[in-house]
Amino acid sequence: SASRKSLAALQIAQTSRNYSLGVLPDGVDRNSEAFSRNSKAMDGLISDLQSHIHKVLGGGGTVAVKRNRSRNKLLPRERIDRLLDPGASFLELSQLAGHELYEESLPSAGIITGIGPVHGRLCMFVANDPTVKGGTYYPITVKKHLRAQEIAAHCKLPCIYLVDSGGAFLPKQAEVFPDRENFGRIFYNQSIMSADGIPQIALVLGSCTAGGAYIPAMADESVMVKGNGTIFLAGPPLVKAATGEEVSAEDLGGASVHCKTSGVSDYFAQDELHGLALGRNIIKNLHMAGRSLKSGLQNISSEYKEPLYDVKELRFIAPTEHKQQFDIRSVIARIVDGSEFDEFKKLYGTTLVTGFGRIFGQPVGIIGNNGILFNESALKGAHFIQLCTQRNIPLVFLQNITGFMVGSRSEANGIAKSGAKMVMAVSCAKVPKVTIIIGGSFGAGNYAMCGRAYSPDFMYLWPNAKISVMGGAQAAGVLAQIERGNKKKKGIEWDEEEEEKFKAKVVEAYEREGNSYYSTARLWDDGIIDPADTRKVIGLSISASMNRDPGETKYGVFRM
Amino acid sequence: MRTAKRLGIQTVAVYSDADRYSLHVKSADEAVHIGPPPARLSYLNASSILDAAVRTGAQAIHPGYGFLSESADFAQLCEDKGLTFIGPPASAIRDMGDKSASKRIMGAAGVPLVPGYHGNDQDIDLMKLEADKIGYPILIKPTHGGGGKGMRIVQSPDEFVEAFLGAQREAAASFGVSTILLEKYITRPRHIEVQIFGDKHGNVLHLYERDCSVQRRHQKIIEEAPAPNVSNDFRSHLGQAAVSAAKAVGYHNAGTVEFIVDTVSGQFYFMEMNTRLQVEHPVTEMIVGQDLVEWQICVANGEHLPISQSQIPLSGHAFEARIYAENVPKGFLPATGVLHHYHHVPVSPTVRVETGVERGDTVSMHYDPMIAKLVVWGENRTAALVKLKDCLSKFQVAGLPTNINFLLKLASHQAFENGDVETHFIERFKDDLFVDPSNSLLVDKVAGAARFGATLAAVCLIEKENSEFRENLLGSKGINSIWYSSPPFRVHHCARHTMELEWENEYDSSGSKLLKISTTYKEDGSYLIEAEEDSSQCVEVKATCIGNHDFRVEADGVIMDVCLAVYSKDQTKLIHIWHGSHHHHFKQKIGLELSDDDDLEHKPRFEKSSYPQGSVVAPMAGLVVKLLVKDGTKVEGGQPILVLEAMKMEHVVKAPSAGYVHGLHLAAGQQVSDGSILFSIKVSRLLSTTICMSY
Repeated sequence: SASRKSLAALQIAQTSRNYSLGVLPDGVDRNSEAFSRNSKAMDGLISDLQSHIHKVLGGGGTVAVKRNRSRNKLLPRERIDRLLDPGASFLELSQLAGHELYEESLPSAGIITGIGPVHGRLCMFVANDPTVKGGTYYPITVKKHLRAQEIAAHCKLPCIYLVDSGGAFLPKQAEVFPDRENFGRIFYNQSIMSADGIPQIALVLGSCTAGGAYIPAMADESVMVKGNGTIFLAGPPLVKAATGEEVSAEDLGGASVHCKTSGVSDYFAQDELHGLALGRNIIKNLHMAGRSLKSGLQNISSEYKEPLYDVKELRFIAPTEHKQQFDIRSVIARIVDGSEFDEFKKLYGTTLVTGFGRIFGQPVGIIGNNGILFNESALKGAHFIQLCTQRNIPLVFLQNITGFMVGSRSEANGIAKSGAKMVMAVSCAKVPKVTIIIGGSFGAGNYAMCGRAYSPDFMYLWPNAKISVMGGAQAAGVLAQIERGNKKKKGIEWDEEEEEKFKAKVVEAYEREGNSYYSTARLWDDGIIDPADTRKVIGLSISASMNRDPGETKYGVFRM
Repeated sequence: MRTAKRLGIQTVAVYSDADRYSLHVKSADEAVHIGPPPARLSYLNASSILDAAVRTGAQAIHPGYGFLSESADFAQLCEDKGLTFIGPPASAIRDMGDKSASKRIMGAAGVPLVPGYHGNDQDIDLMKLEADKIGYPILIKPTHGGGGKGMRIVQSPDEFVEAFLGAQREAAASFGVSTILLEKYITRPRHIEVQIFGDKHGNVLHLYERDCSVQRRHQKIIEEAPAPNVSNDFRSHLGQAAVSAAKAVGYHNAGTVEFIVDTVSGQFYFMEMNTRLQVEHPVTEMIVGQDLVEWQICVANGEHLPISQSQIPLSGHAFEARIYAENVPKGFLPATGVLHHYHHVPVSPTVRVETGVERGDTVSMHYDPMIAKLVVWGENRTAALVKLKDCLSKFQVAGLPTNINFLLKLASHQAFENGDVETHFIERFKDDLFVDPSNSLLVDKVAGAARFGATLAAVCLIEKENSEFRENLLGSKGINSIWYSSPPFRVHHCARHTMELEWENEYDSSGSKLLKISTTYKEDGSYLIEAEEDSSQCVEVKATCIGNHDFRVEADGVIMDVCLAVYSKDQTKLIHIWHGSHHHHFKQKIGLELSDDDDLEHKPRFEKSSYPQGSVVAPMAGLVVKLLVKDGTKVEGGQPILVLEAMKMEHVVKAPSAGYVHGLHLAAGQQVSDGSILFSIKVSRLLSTTICMSY
């Protein structure tokens, strides 16, 4: 009888083990009106996005590209392709930085950045695009370069600089040169990262003038390509003006000078392909003993299931009209492995969905909005973040938030206090954080859901995303009220038509500035992504963030 | 050896230094080393072979197809030592080995002979007179040996002397005897030979004929049995003549009586008798269903022939194609190299592949450059030919140039399909068999096929490289496999791969061509390929790796098997691809000579190594036999400068243009490597002028 009992116990154990708990349902009604409306709207957004991307991928235009080819030079993305491992993926960042930012177009801000593996080691690539304004640094170029370095420093990724730049864009020197987060910061970062044991590799594939000369000079190791690569503090025209010396670019600062005589560069390359091959070799020879990746990697399984539902449908789930409600779980179901999601506190604070899943075998904690944040939802969020930081589980934020609940009841309940708890938890969490704005991102909701200010490791937008301190209509209402009060003080009566005009202007400005392109052009994020790529982008981003030891999370004082 | 094993007879192989690791050594029960690579010191060294037999206690010696198989002295030595020589009696070898003597005997026995001079008087003037009598064109050939070595065709009297001396020299080098005979040269001849067999009891029978007409450089490349377009009447006449020939010399064991058939008159003449089992004997075995080596052993053992003439069946049709390491566009020059990839169709009762090499072997310049012989059988000639073509297209050799593509083209030629064969077949149809670089239509077609081949190769290479890289890395470094997903991820665009393949054109002399192949990874794992020259021609290709070399490829909806062999040499990756009946090879630069000397002129990646103008390079690796002029001599264009020898064949290097010979610092007996500069022809005597001026 004892054996029968244990057999029964075993059977129970096995049954519970086989129980499939967290498989999410499809959650999409393909025949609904909302679905077809969203599909149509998103089709438009995607085709807009593709046309912008198409322009950006063309670099500085056919003439500049042709000139580049005539010098036996590859385009920056082609250079990166040849450095990457065969068949390897590349997570490019902020492709649309600089979009409609200046009078002249500045595709990808004139610099390509991103992450990919070389000899199995993830590296950060920073590649000047010489076809865009000669690879010179506009303010946004500097910002993009610094952001890449920030990620590299944070995630401990070796940096490969593919240098081909005329240096600072002189007409805008005031915005490029003097400030803390300006040009000089590039070299500061190189020094600090080098000191931190993060390899800094420069491949000089083109010119490298003035300030730019310090990129290879500050690098741990550098390669120069004969004929194309030059390094000098001042080019031949300036030298002639300054000293009267007449000298060719190659004799002044060519590969031969720097590899044979000056020692500014270490490896002499016969041509560009040779230079890129030498670059791969340098990474191959990096030996980072004792800096092994002992972080959360051990819990990653190489076997994983694809989601049960078509990831492409994410394009049609995303609301283009922010008032419209939808269940965030239909998004999660298309992101996590096998659509398996074990929800935490499912019945409490239901406007915030929290739970555990895996993305490409990597464990993640997901926090997604399912409506306005209430007291309970904020507390649940803070609790869940604590759980994940304790267990070293990366966090994924799926933002679609109009804000915290306002009103007397809410205030009386201490919504600010609850919100503060979640903000505190988000700020202090040291685990990798990836934020995707899949809809609206307004007000304090942006903070609690790990907006840019909360230093997520990576942050991306869907093309339909909207970011502003509040909605345009609400802002117009507030501003109109103030304006009316001001006018009243001055004894001016405001007629309705004028007020509407005023409001419309505010709404228009909010619409424009809250647009995803406006954001991504200014590097308020790491790029707009196609919703269909969400799973992949999160997976790659988490993987890149796992390259570091997350460190221990310490929280500040929680207001109880 | 296979036959012996089947019969339960143990085998001993002999080998030279060059063959220590070769297949025949591996297959034998025992193997004995007999000397250094040159055949003269090993395989032609009778005493060391006999020592080997004594040491291992062998009872019989099978002499194979070449070397000492037709040496009467060797057969005699075996007899003296009490060893059974598996072959004819020494007397018959002697009678038939001397071509002049054999013809006298045949003439007496009533076997028809080609008009010619077979005298012992080898005086050059007398020979020239005899030649005039017979009338040109004249064939000059050594009385001993075979295989076309030392043979010369002389079209007019003024060419006679040089050809005669060359033939003598080659004969002396190859066979040790320099006697020469002259014959009327038949312009459109067929080469038909009859397999005969005799036992030690005076019985002789024939096993029908083989047609060995299709030849290049006077050596057979495709043989078939029975001969096509031949009546049964003719067949039995031929057979009887062959039997009479054998009986006239008291023959036993296996032999071949060669006839020349004048396609114009329908006459046949006795040419010579090969007193051994020949390379092409399997085609006969296939149509009569007998193992001739087994017969050889039985007969040597004193047994009676197993069946009588009337019992010999004639069933179906068989072809043999000889696969050589040779450079077809360079005039079938022998080639050397390493067999980096070697794969042939599976053997079966109807497909035989006889080969002495395997993957990784070196085809050296010491012996014959034959890689394998492919023998197929079919119900009739058409069926056999279909099978031959199929097997050829699946015969994969990489590492050195071969004649496989050429054989395939030959076998596919309409005239060959019609059985319209003759010894000048290749010469007669050379316009069809070789691509004329001036025929733009054909050149385009060939180039188009090459581009398609390059497309498939590119996709298979990418697929293979990516998956190999993925497998090597994963698990070892802890990087997530997500970075190596297929297709590789790019933000908002598709990953691309550009590959430059240099097509090695083996169809004509127009040289190699650089093909740029731009590959786009598609979401479903397939590839979109654009040729750089013509972006409108897009091919969608999907490849699945199903083995080390094998792929299943779908290109624009057509699914096919593709085999790829890749190996590296110096800084180059060599890629061979087989699909359908196509075989192409490409080169890919995988690095450059790492030189820190930047003073050297920077060269574009794929620039062909160019020699100074007027340079003459060695067309093959070989031995300098004779220098015909001195350095500094003024020469005419086309004038012979020196004679090279490789693979026992002589090759005359001629001046490419008129001028002065410069830098000829070679001596007879010196070894030169393939592609090395032999000398150059310059317009002026620059060197001496400079000296004069400095004085």
